Amino acid sequence: MKCHKCPKVATMHITEIVSKDNVQECHFCEECAQKYLQEEVLEKETIEVDLGPSIVKMVENLAGATSAVCETCAMQFADFRNSGRLGCPHDYTVFHDELLPYLENIHGETKHCGKFPTRYGTNKNIQKEIDLLRKQLQSVIQKEKYEEAAGIRDKIRLLENQ
Amino acid sequence: MNFEALSKSSGEWLKGSGIESDIVISSRIRLARNLAGFPFPNRASNFQKAEIENLLKDRIQTLEFEQKFEYVSLTALNTLDRQFLVERQLISRELAANDGPRGVALGNLESLSLMVNEEDHLRLQVMRSGFSLESAWETINKLDDYLEKKVSYAFHEEFGYLTACPTNVGTGMRASVMLHLPALDFTKQIDKVFRALQRINLTHRGLYGEGSRFSGHFFQISNQVTLGKSETAILNEIYSVIPQIIDYERQARVAWKKDNGQILQDRISRAFGTLSSATMMTSDETMELLSYVRLGIHMKMIEDVDINTVNELFIQTQPAHLQKLMGSTLDGEERNTARAKFLRSKLRSSGSTPN
Ligand SMILES: [Zn+2]
Ligand SMILES: [Zn+2]
Repeated sequence: MKCHKCPKVATMHITEIVSKDNVQECHFCEECAQKYLQEEVLEKETIEVDLGPSIVKMVENLAGATSAVCETCAMQFADFRNSGRLGCPHDYTVFHDELLPYLENIHGETKHCGKFPTRYGTNKNIQKEIDLLRKQLQSVIQKEKYEEAAGIRDKIRLLENQ
Repeated sequence: MNFEALSKSSGEWLKGSGIESDIVISSRIRLARNLAGFPFPNRASNFQKAEIENLLKDRIQTLEFEQKFEYVSLTALNTLDRQFLVERQLISRELAANDGPRGVALGNLESLSLMVNEEDHLRLQVMRSGFSLESAWETINKLDDYLEKKVSYAFHEEFGYLTACPTNVGTGMRASVMLHLPALDFTKQIDKVFRALQRINLTHRGLYGEGSRFSGHFFQISNQVTLGKSETAILNEIYSVIPQIIDYERQARVAWKKDNGQILQDRISRAFGTLSSATMMTSDETMELLSYVRLGIHMKMIEDVDINTVNELFIQTQPAHLQKLMGSTLDGEERNTARAKFLRSKLRSSGSTPN
């Protein structure tokens, strides 16, 4: 779901209960939510009306707070909050729990019901192996062991061709 | 790829043939796919993007599919050629504007295109004239199966096909139908239609996708949700609503003619008159006026104008197409003059209004 005020992904969900039959819901990105909440405060101060306890505001941060970092692409969840884009397929596993409320919000569902790749079963193991080899590849390149790197690359190529 | 030769035809999406083609311009399905083990394009280095491009280019070109593909690297194209592909709806504006290694594999019939390193590693696209999502799905599903045998897609048991933006995850499918709705637009009933669509999770856009203006009374209707529903269920939702919109548009046309026939006739005749005699024409004005002429032909309120000519003009008067046809680059004012001249030469020989 998009922010009500700008094209970014909404990460804050604000529910205002004005009265029993008047419940308002808004979705904002972090920046716009801050602005919205600040404006509210300013408004109240200038008008100087005591709105009393009848308004109940629930501010839910859909993003939660996680300090996890994707070991494959170095993505942090804060990066996603800012850009609305994930860094690599592995992020869906790293940020699984944080993503669920987003998916629920966007699609109203969180479970895939469509097509599966026909060779999904065998593919799963190959994908894991490729992931592992890529990590190895990065570390040997950092250590400047290029001969070893070439060997790992060939293995990756072979697996990709299966 | 010979763009000059392409510029002389209207391409698949504006061919004006197929089911309900007086109102449904075209049907399109896109599938977002990514390779396992690579970062998404927004987080990939140029080196990685080149690796992804080479891998996909190789697999696509050796695919034993019913159509052969020709790969066009976007970095090798100038701005005019990129714009040309956008106008033909073969690539998105995003792919044209991105940077780094990226490109498009074009099928030999203009109905298939595979974008590489757009927002996702791979975006498959099938286009059909008229209302035929079913046949588009059949083709794209098959193409996807063929590709999947050659590359390892990023797939998650719970979330389906993984995409850079979580708004596309699951099926990765965006199905859309392009409609020409001048009567609903003019009589302001279109907003009611949009509100109804929103309630069933369908969105609307302009001619060239997200953020583009509603130009020439063309509207693109597509699914918003990609997760939690099967491809068939999503397609069925669109299938059930389009005939109703077609019906509303037809009713609105009949009512318009009945209540304000003279005004409508005048509008159509003036549109044709301006198009066939003006000496300077902007792209926007051309779209607007061609839209009325198209309506006039389908409502039999203008005679002797070939519908194919009009459909072709919608695309041939776009800036990049016009420059291709003229064989030179033209600035804004020169384009307006050239466009008017081109329209005159195409329309003057034909067209009259009944009685
Ligand atoms: Zn915002
Ligand atoms: Zn990652």
